[in-house]
Amino acid sequence: MARALINVPAKATRGQVIEIKTLISHPMETGYRPDYNGKLVPRDIINKFVCTYNGTEVFRADLHPAIAANPFISFYTVATESGVLTFTWTGDDGKSFVEKASITVA
Amino acid sequence: MAAAYAGEIPLSERKSGYALMSRDTQKMQDDRTANPGTLWVLEGETLWSQKAGSAAKSCAGCHGNSGSSMTGVAARYPAYNTTLRRPINLEQRINICRTERQHATAFAYESKEVLALSAFVGSQSLGRKIAPPADKRLTPFRNTGRDLFDLRQGQLNLSCAQCHNDNWSRRLSGAIIPQAHPTGYPLYRLEWQSLGSLQRRLRNCLIGMRAEPFEYGAPEYVALELYLMSRARGMRIETPAVRP
Amino acid sequence: MKCEARNATTRRRFLALAGGAMGAFGAASLLTVRPAVATPASMAAAIREVVGEAPVRPGKIKLDLPPLVENGNTVPLTVTVDSPMTAASYVKRLHIFNEKNPEPNIVTFHLGPRAGRANISTRIRLADTQSVIAIAELSDGSFWSESVDVIVTIAACTEESK
Repeated sequence: MARALINVPAKATRGQVIEIKTLISHPMETGYRPDYNGKLVPRDIINKFVCTYNGTEVFRADLHPAIAANPFISFYTVATESGVLTFTWTGDDGKSFVEKASITVA
Repeated sequence: MAAAYAGEIPLSERKSGYALMSRDTQKMQDDRTANPGTLWVLEGETLWSQKAGSAAKSCAGCHGNSGSSMTGVAARYPAYNTTLRRPINLEQRINICRTERQHATAFAYESKEVLALSAFVGSQSLGRKIAPPADKRLTPFRNTGRDLFDLRQGQLNLSCAQCHNDNWSRRLSGAIIPQAHPTGYPLYRLEWQSLGSLQRRLRNCLIGMRAEPFEYGAPEYVALELYLMSRARGMRIETPAVRP
Repeated sequence: MKCEARNATTRRRFLALAGGAMGAFGAASLLTVRPAVATPASMAAAIREVVGEAPVRPGKIKLDLPPLVENGNTVPLTVTVDSPMTAASYVKRLHIFNEKNPEPNIVTFHLGPRAGRANISTRIRLADTQSVIAIAELSDGSFWSESVDVIVTIAACTEESK
């Protein structure tokens, strides 16, 4: 099972630019790496990461095999209102892993 | 503990591998969200409270929910086991609990589960000083470890001491040679792109020396770990550390 | 790394056999016989996919990578664009490319005025010493870039013989 770690400030003032840090467990198999028998290990990566803020997309990333294992992405967003930030990582197999964080904006 | 052995790095000159790595890698270790080892610690925290085996017991059932009862434990392992009449390391202790208390099958060496649990237990000692127990029964095993550290082996006819006592801070194949203090295991090695145990790291060293590595769980590794922990006594636990 | 050394030997041999007049042709063929390795040409093609015929100017963008990488498997990268990030003027996309990994694309970030600040960090893989290029696509349709040369050192004492 995937495990993710999100760092979002619990509280912010309206209009404040806040930093968001995300980390998820994933091998990010490139498809170019041979196993111990010399056979290529099939590609298996997270190819998409999306962050929505109360349903509106505020950040997205298209990932390629050159992103290191256990992908780490940090970025910024404006704290507009209280609510929920939703983080979705989608793999080559089409399956998604979702994590949420709440923020109170005063 | 007695004074340093002859040929050892003087206590005042000891440095964690942390001090010899780049600022970027140090920042990766220091920031909990940026440190990928945290993923294993969190997984370990989940496993800690999960019931397992035919006894349907969890680690938390005996040791408490928070894991704070484990504070300082990683700083004093390996410890002498009276039943086995030899020292065991933390991973072996976890597996003894697993088979004898939980009546479950032991985790394989380097499995995600044993790395997660040892990372969780190890992280409870973060910042604590390494304090090997003053247990006379450990002495012959520690001496074996020291002999192994000094033993020239493999096709390159190298000993651990030649790199880590005599040439630390110099470069080997582009990488800075550290002093080999096991302050942060299990740790996230950028090369591995994963968490790994001290035994995995020792295997890498042996393969690098073109020597035949011992099997996982071999008493030689525990002896080396005992010696390395006494050599690193007083240094602070960094689990889960990050290393190149 | 041994792989790279082998390629270098092959190249020298090939050029020696081909002679001076065939040199340019020799180098061009070499690109086609190396499977699954991005080249400055394939990176240029990947960049063309993104920018089309638009000019790409140096400036406005800052790409931070350690000049000497401790391990190519996990390389910290930060990209920052000098932009007010307002509804009138913002960064739409940020693309990162490399010239020597198996594929030229590394990552594309999509952002907008709600980002507040165009500053993103991640960790990438670099198979070899090479150039990494970041290109910013602004809301006015202009493209800006910065290229950074990175030296990738080899890890000592790994479990797989390389």
